[in-house]
Amino acid sequence: MKDNKKLIWFLAAAFLLLVLPSVAQYAGNFWVRIIDFALLYVLLALGLNIVVGYAGLLDLGYIAFYAVGAYTFGLLASPHLTEAFPAIGAIFPNGLHTPIWVAIPLGALLAGFAGALLGAPTLKLRGDYLAIVTLGFGEIIRVFLNNLDAPVNITNGPKGLLQIDSFKLPLVGFDFGRPGSLFGLEVSSVTKYYFLFLAVVVVSVLICYRLERSRIGRAWMAIREDEVAAKAMGINTRNLKLLAFGMGATFGGVSGTLFATFQNFISPESFALNESIMVVAMVVLGGIGHIPGVILGALLLAALPEVLRWVSGELDLQSITGGRLDAAILRQLLIAVAMIAIMLARPRGLWPQPEHGKAAPTPAS
Amino acid sequence: MADVVLNVTGASKRFGGVQALSDVGITIRQGEVVGLIGPNGAGKTTFFNVITGLYTPDSGTFELGGKPYKPSAVHEVAKAGIARTFQNIRLFPEMTALENVMVGRHLRTHSGLFGAVFRTRGFNDEERAIADRARELLEYVGIARYAEFKARTLSYGDQRRLEIARALATEPKLMALDEPAAGMNATEKVVLRELIDRIRKDGRTILLIEHDVKLVMGLCDRVTVLDYGKPIAEGSPYDVQRNEKVIEAYLGAGHKAH
Amino acid sequence: MDILLQQIINGLVLGSVYALVALGYTMVYGIINLINFAHGEVLMVGALTSWSVIQVLADSGLPGWLKLLLSLVAAVVVCAALNFTIEKVAYRPLRNAPRLAPLITAMGMSLLLQTLAMIIWKPNYKPYPILLPSEPFHIGGAVINVTQILILVATAVTLVGLMWLVNRTKLGRAMRATAENPRVAALMGVKPDMVISATFVIGAALAALAGVMYAANYGSVQHTMGFLPGLKAFTAAVFGGIGNLAGAVVGGVLLGLIEALGAGYIGTLTGGVLGSNYQDIFAFIVLILVLTARPQGLLGERVADRA
Repeated sequence: MKDNKKLIWFLAAAFLLLVLPSVAQYAGNFWVRIIDFALLYVLLALGLNIVVGYAGLLDLGYIAFYAVGAYTFGLLASPHLTEAFPAIGAIFPNGLHTPIWVAIPLGALLAGFAGALLGAPTLKLRGDYLAIVTLGFGEIIRVFLNNLDAPVNITNGPKGLLQIDSFKLPLVGFDFGRPGSLFGLEVSSVTKYYFLFLAVVVVSVLICYRLERSRIGRAWMAIREDEVAAKAMGINTRNLKLLAFGMGATFGGVSGTLFATFQNFISPESFALNESIMVVAMVVLGGIGHIPGVILGALLLAALPEVLRWVSGELDLQSITGGRLDAAILRQLLIAVAMIAIMLARPRGLWPQPEHGKAAPTPAS
Repeated sequence: MADVVLNVTGASKRFGGVQALSDVGITIRQGEVVGLIGPNGAGKTTFFNVITGLYTPDSGTFELGGKPYKPSAVHEVAKAGIARTFQNIRLFPEMTALENVMVGRHLRTHSGLFGAVFRTRGFNDEERAIADRARELLEYVGIARYAEFKARTLSYGDQRRLEIARALATEPKLMALDEPAAGMNATEKVVLRELIDRIRKDGRTILLIEHDVKLVMGLCDRVTVLDYGKPIAEGSPYDVQRNEKVIEAYLGAGHKAH
Repeated sequence: MDILLQQIINGLVLGSVYALVALGYTMVYGIINLINFAHGEVLMVGALTSWSVIQVLADSGLPGWLKLLLSLVAAVVVCAALNFTIEKVAYRPLRNAPRLAPLITAMGMSLLLQTLAMIIWKPNYKPYPILLPSEPFHIGGAVINVTQILILVATAVTLVGLMWLVNRTKLGRAMRATAENPRVAALMGVKPDMVISATFVIGAALAALAGVMYAANYGSVQHTMGFLPGLKAFTAAVFGGIGNLAGAVVGGVLLGLIEALGAGYIGTLTGGVLGSNYQDIFAFIVLILVLTARPQGLLGERVADRA
């Protein structure tokens, strides 16, 4: 009977997820966009959960991998390189339009590589030192992205990369960047992206779930629980930590590529330190190491402020408070309060791992 | 003459101004239970840490199963075949007892990322084998009923037994137990002694640090005594117990054997 | 040669600010193992509070130095009270929670303080009044003004005072004991709550002083001004050896010098490829280099992993 109940819940959830965009679209494309961005954050949170939740490595510079994925695609699928470097422009007279099925694995690979690279110097560091070093790496990457427009204009600096290609499937003639029809129904571009991101999230959840329940997952958790004991059990902690960084980074890279192709524009502003902190907050507030919790945390911190921002607009809070409280400020305020209040109320997160394995009774003599 | 499992000669280690170990050696043969005793601070745990790779020795030769090994990478030492327990019990507290022992199987198994993500036949078979073997070991040490309980919720004595099960899972050539009876009440010690006895009867080779005299007398074939980092006596438990230098080390000069 | 001396002076001034803030971080970390992400915001509150007080005293006819002093006192009081409250409300309840919980709370607190400051003081940059004589003194080929001299002197005096407090008073002993072993210290009669509160209050006072100095030297205040200096100061505390007071000072001063000299010379060093806009990441580059070579920091102790 229990299995039947689970199946019903599953089907209900699946149905809701499928019709969600249509419902949201009644309220406007704006809302579907918010859901799309929330899904990207879910991907990021799942990736960071591998590093922080499974392996116990506090990475405060995670957004760097998001940036790697985004900029890889942005450079390979926008007019920037062909315009900035005439030599490249000559090789690609029709512009650089790297197909998405090349770009995503490439972005993932580069991000994964960056993850291992950034993780390597941190292997011997104690927990909190690790946090600050990874934070430093994140900042270093952002500063470079912001300043590598001179002397050679690689990243276009603060202006960012524009006119990035949308997600296109040329063989089927499907362009996610344009409205179209799906099974005879009219769908907007944001709705198409919704299904794409949802699919990627579902696959990612499956991957994380499987990793968790595997030899690698257990080894990661052993490292998290007691690194010395893990080593004493023969676990090569160095390699496994690098693997954790790499896997987490790969998720970040894929998410970044999708972000670039969705927004068609990226700039270093989107990859600032507070974004790294947001993702950490999503993982911890949701329930560290617990996939449903992490998803909840991501959705909450990504979507709720937007909802409340809309509410404040409806209530015209700005004029009520004499211009001091506007939507952006309210969003920031709410995120800050949420971080503090949720941690005080539920330090293990909103939806932590269930306490399976209750206290053992006193032993028999 | 049984094979030599562990052969250490001339192990020395200095910490700043303290010579923690001077020229310590030990030879352990297959199937033996060797005790390492001495007053507190004599260097017993230091010696353990040196042979298992936690500390890098200043000098010494180290051979396991006849082959030299470098005691500098902890996980390599485990791979070579020394499994240890810790004086302060170092389990993985948030993982279940079963999972703890399954981690012990990590060393002798090999599925990786690909298998985990794609659930290949090889991966699934190995996972099942790991879980089965882990359950067997929990049964062997007597805590099978706590398989799904988080390690931190187990009683002290059961945690120690879990640590031993986890060490056994690595299929070691040598089990190195660091004060397994520390902090136990009389009942727990009896259970522990039975367990170590069973392990010994099943042919395992054991190196044991212990303070409890009864345990040492009852289990060990031979005993080495350390004091201030130096070996001061070696022999059967009976002989060592009556050795004047040993008595002096524990009780101070002027005491006679009974 | 001129630029070298000038940058050294600039570096020492900046380093003084970093050192004072780094001390606050290292003291808190040493005692409760928490990276207080909100500490940089205390600097900001100190600076903005003193600015407000100066605004209020603008037409009072008091001499410039007195206005500055009064505003400093106000800043210290406000910051101390603020930090005391934050510790009591947001960190104390989480003392036995999972390690990451207080970290998130601290980050939330940092964001909250910034947002509240933006609401209270409005988002624009405000010029900080020049209250001390600004004629520069010439040393070698470099210039230094009264404000900067005062910053260096104030920092030195404060450090001496802090050393005296930590090493020669009952409170200082209690702080050191709690940092080493809270449970045993409690058994000896030390009240950990009181010691921890005291640590936060002292840290806040230092940050408030740093905030006023920073504002007086750089001439403007705004609600985001504390974030980056706070982060860099913490970085300095880490590579000086977290938990170590001398390390915090060394780290802070060193960082100030590196930033100033780096900003001055990076153009020439890299042939114009990299400019001073990379200044903000010097701290992190130094951190990574130091920790790679010496994982415990410059003056930190290697904590042996005893089995």
